[in-house]
Amino acid sequence: MNKVEQISIFLENKPGGLEFVTRVLKDAGINIRALSLADTSDFGVLRLIVNDVEKAKRILKENGFTVGRTSVVAVLVPDRPGGLHGILESLSKEKINVEYMYAFVERSGEHAIIIFRFDATDRAIDSLTKSGFTVLPGEKVYSL
Amino acid sequence: MIYNEEFETLPREALEALQVKRLQQVVQRVYHTVGFYKRSFDNAGVKPDDIKTLDDLRRLPFTTKQDLRDNYPYGLFAVPMSSVVRVHASSGTTGRSTVVGYTKRDIDTWSELMARCFVMAGLTKNDIIHNAYGYGLFTGGLGAHYGAERLGASVIPISGGNTKRQIMILQDFAPTAICATPSYALYLAEQGEEMGVDMRSLKLRVGVLGAEPWSEKMRRQIEDKLNITALDIYGLSEVMGPGVAMECTEARQGLHIFEDHFIAEIIDPETGETLPEGETGELVFTTVTKEAFPLVRYRTRDVSRLVKAPCRCGRTLVRMDRITGRSDDMLIIRGVNVYPSQIEGVLLNVPGIEPHYMLIVDREGTLDTLEVQVEVGETVFAETGEVKVLQELSRRITKDIKDYLGISSKVKLVEPKTIQRFEGKAKRVIDRRTI
Ligand SMILES: [Zn+2]
Repeated sequence: MNKVEQISIFLENKPGGLEFVTRVLKDAGINIRALSLADTSDFGVLRLIVNDVEKAKRILKENGFTVGRTSVVAVLVPDRPGGLHGILESLSKEKINVEYMYAFVERSGEHAIIIFRFDATDRAIDSLTKSGFTVLPGEKVYSL
Repeated sequence: MIYNEEFETLPREALEALQVKRLQQVVQRVYHTVGFYKRSFDNAGVKPDDIKTLDDLRRLPFTTKQDLRDNYPYGLFAVPMSSVVRVHASSGTTGRSTVVGYTKRDIDTWSELMARCFVMAGLTKNDIIHNAYGYGLFTGGLGAHYGAERLGASVIPISGGNTKRQIMILQDFAPTAICATPSYALYLAEQGEEMGVDMRSLKLRVGVLGAEPWSEKMRRQIEDKLNITALDIYGLSEVMGPGVAMECTEARQGLHIFEDHFIAEIIDPETGETLPEGETGELVFTTVTKEAFPLVRYRTRDVSRLVKAPCRCGRTLVRMDRITGRSDDMLIIRGVNVYPSQIEGVLLNVPGIEPHYMLIVDREGTLDTLEVQVEVGETVFAETGEVKVLQELSRRITKDIKDYLGISSKVKLVEPKTIQRFEGKAKRVIDRRTI
């Protein structure tokens, strides 16, 4: 399956919380490929794509974090005006909802990589593939 | 089955008439034989003759643990030592212990009440009872022992400790029932498992467990690990010992108090007012038949609730909720009495959070605020790792607290293992209000 595993980390809103996560990962030699911080008034959830999911999860748990995993989808987006719109339009036709999305740090040739979280992941992958978009498999994304 | 059909199923009116009669007798007796009660009644301006109905009970002053300590060791005995056949004492973790005495008739009554408890638990003379309550100054061991003998069951007076031997005896002597504290029952189960014993296939079928507060969750664990029905028994040495109240197998919803011997009240621990039936507060007992150590309106500091509704087991005796906490821990938030244990009860029913919490009470302007800090567990988050799941969790807790306790709160989800762990008694409340 062309899903990508995202790690989520529960964080209280307090100084140093984020820094501790990045330090723990750095010390374990884990490379963060993409990240996004979802913030509410009370707490935050840090979403990460890393090069070694299992190791990162283990290290984070050992350091006392509450770690979750979510299936997300990495899609190549043509780096030109309307590139993203084309994708969203095709999803909208299929009535697939995007819960959140964020961009990858690196690019893949002429393409940007966007991480999507859908309410119907499998259907979204099918639909995007049929419409001619490139959905990147997990292994490819982790090792970019 | 009911051990004493007549007294356990008395119509409420007849029961209350009996209580009034016995109350009047005990009030007369303590007033004339125990210096402490004479002084305390006189100070409150109440005479034994003023007690005409059950409602008059609330005119009598309370007796506290401190009063018991002040009269250490025999000051509250209402009979000469020549009539006392036994003493027990509660362990005094702070200061002096409290000493209680029993006449021959008191022991007789106690034995009967314990026999009633065993029958309420579904036991008969054909049962073999493994009695792991401590024998000695503690009332548990001998109390259960006499009751089991009264019933005609076979008692294994194993007492506490020496767990390996206990597990061997559970296998070899094939007891069908066990008396122990819930934590010891669980410990036995776990140690047995570790020794490679199949603890579920023992002959045990019933546990009569008490002498400490425990939760439904713990009950399920014990029942699962030992493959038994675990029932709650309540008692305290000051009032008698185990056997003041017992849960029936039929309903398992509250413990029947033996009201022909004890009158129970629920009071507001702050004001001392008697609360209406069904409200949560501090449990207060008056013993109406005890000879050596009668107690009038003894404040147990245990938090409970009384329900008089008829029970499906056929008993008319009032039921008390399992003890959920100590009245000393009560908070008053916007005029509402709240016990940390009630909030704990709400939290235990919410899947996905750890049983570690902290209550922060503060005041904004003139309004009290309650913040409930709860640790987020792995389970709820691991599935999806989504923000909305946590927000729903937080909303649900707020709503449940509002529904059950009638107070608004702010829930703060915190990282695991960040709430301080406590050895022994947990401190769950930070009250920042300054009066
Ligand atoms: Zn009942």
